[in-house]
Amino acid sequence: MKLDPKTYSKMVRRAVPHSPVLKDCLWAFFVGGSICLAGEILRQTYLTWYDGEMAGTLTSISLIFASAVATLFGWYQKLATHAGAGTLVPITGFANSVVSPAIEFKTEGWVSGVGAHIFGIAGPVLAYGTLAGWVWGVIYWAMSKGG
Amino acid sequence: MSVRRKDTIVFEHPPVISAWAAVGGKREGEGPLASGFDLLVEDAAFGPEGCSGWESAETMLQSKCARICLRKAGISAREVNLAFAGDMQAQCTASAYAMRALGVPFAGLYGACSTMTESLCLGAAFAGAGYSERTLVMTSSHFCAAERQFRTPLTYGGKRTTTAQWTATAAGACLLRPAGTAGIPVLSVTFGRVQDYGVHDINNMGAAMMPAAASTLLAYFHAFDASPQDFDAILTGDLGEVGSELLCTQMRREGYDLSNHWDCGCLLYDTSRQNVQAGGSGPGCSAAVLCARVLPRLQRGEWKRVLFLSTGALMSQTTFLQGESIPGIAHAVELGAPKEAATV
Amino acid sequence: MSYLWAFVIGGAICVVGQLLLDYTALSPARILTGYVVTGVVLSAAGLYQPLADLAGAGASVPLLGFGHLLAQGVCRAVDETGLPGVFTGGLCAASGGVTASLVFALLAALVGRSRDQN
Repeated sequence: MKLDPKTYSKMVRRAVPHSPVLKDCLWAFFVGGSICLAGEILRQTYLTWYDGEMAGTLTSISLIFASAVATLFGWYQKLATHAGAGTLVPITGFANSVVSPAIEFKTEGWVSGVGAHIFGIAGPVLAYGTLAGWVWGVIYWAMSKGG
Repeated sequence: MSVRRKDTIVFEHPPVISAWAAVGGKREGEGPLASGFDLLVEDAAFGPEGCSGWESAETMLQSKCARICLRKAGISAREVNLAFAGDMQAQCTASAYAMRALGVPFAGLYGACSTMTESLCLGAAFAGAGYSERTLVMTSSHFCAAERQFRTPLTYGGKRTTTAQWTATAAGACLLRPAGTAGIPVLSVTFGRVQDYGVHDINNMGAAMMPAAASTLLAYFHAFDASPQDFDAILTGDLGEVGSELLCTQMRREGYDLSNHWDCGCLLYDTSRQNVQAGGSGPGCSAAVLCARVLPRLQRGEWKRVLFLSTGALMSQTTFLQGESIPGIAHAVELGAPKEAATV
Repeated sequence: MSYLWAFVIGGAICVVGQLLLDYTALSPARILTGYVVTGVVLSAAGLYQPLADLAGAGASVPLLGFGHLLAQGVCRAVDETGLPGVFTGGLCAASGGVTASLVFALLAALVGRSRDQN
């Protein structure tokens, strides 16, 4: 065959249709922005009763609850086919990545299915987030000793 | 005696496909081939029929397809001598459980999306050699079973890339009989060789499988000094839009004009309307297109000679994550016009 | 005014993610992991708190904010208890979100079932 991997890789790059970047970004901006706006409305509401930190936590919990409901009915998935990073990056996306495997792997049982898969997608985020926090903690501690 | 020329087996007394059936889901029913299906189901979960998961739903898809095919052939499962079947689930379980209910001698096959022609090639060889009087070949795929096994949970929100392909919820079955029976003759079969041109993008299977399709086509054309124009149609499994474009480019470079080429992944769905990105895929895709479009056209005499290939990507989740490139394979089946239609 | 900033900053952080999706071969999982780690780094560099003050939920709701939360928590715990705080601070601060995700996920699994996308 008149083909080698190098030529082919160039051919493939030419043949791949481009993503509609502008449309994708507008979706991501408006959906992502709206989720954050909803978060801010919740936060301001909670601020009337709680301090800033607790208001932030309650905002997260509320959004996670909303995302769990939307995931349950399949709405989150439908929105995400358009919104892309707009539904991926907010905390609702994190919640979706925990709720969806829990629902999906129920057929494999509560322990080996749901329990084992629940962090299948969100696990890396927690693992490396925690590690990064720990590393920063050590540096911060060393700085506080040194300083 | 059958003749072997290079990678192709030519049947002196071509076995025939005497009956066939295609079963599809909702999206397949909204596609251009809807009228060719024997059964279209609105809800492919088969909950009311006792299916508890997507895996058993795919088994149900196969069982229904097999039963329709046997009914159309006018025989019972007991009369089947051998079944070649396959699917994409881990350890080929959709077929195994379908065969548990059918109770026929069974050889399970795995060729990813190439499984339908792999099964047809073997089935035709067995029928042609006289080893099996009535051979059932069947493959299936189920969007939901594939999605949860290979990608992400179904309620997970993700955006597909433009080159991604949509796994068909479909099954196709053919009953092969030795020469002398009414049906569509299988004139030759060509087993493909694994081709790997270093594609690593798991969301661009069409590109990964194209070299396999091109290599099998060239093997056939070179062996018989044939050209695409000797056929009414050349069909490839599921290269999708990206892979099809690449195939035509490559074949032009080899000196062949593939203007009579169609791809099953682009026939099963209307890619401009149905939001399936680059087209359909899955072992059920080419099986359903074969049984819903290709065989009926040959039966009606609209086509006289067709080269039908299914293409498969032979990686696993593990080899992909370990950084291996994606090898492809394509097997080809040469189909002719039924004797009656040919004499008219 | 905080509402407008929440919308704009939150949306902009998502657009960056979308550009990474469209222009690079990075998988969503890698992008999210990168976001959290970047959030920790930005917070450690003192760059994220000003953004959080300006945009409120626009900075805390995207996953960068999750990293910021972890980094803040670890600092506070180190201030209070010294070195052991390195181990307890991060997840303590994130405990609300993680626990909520787990509990709601299990409740959803109890009442829900997998859905066909067709």
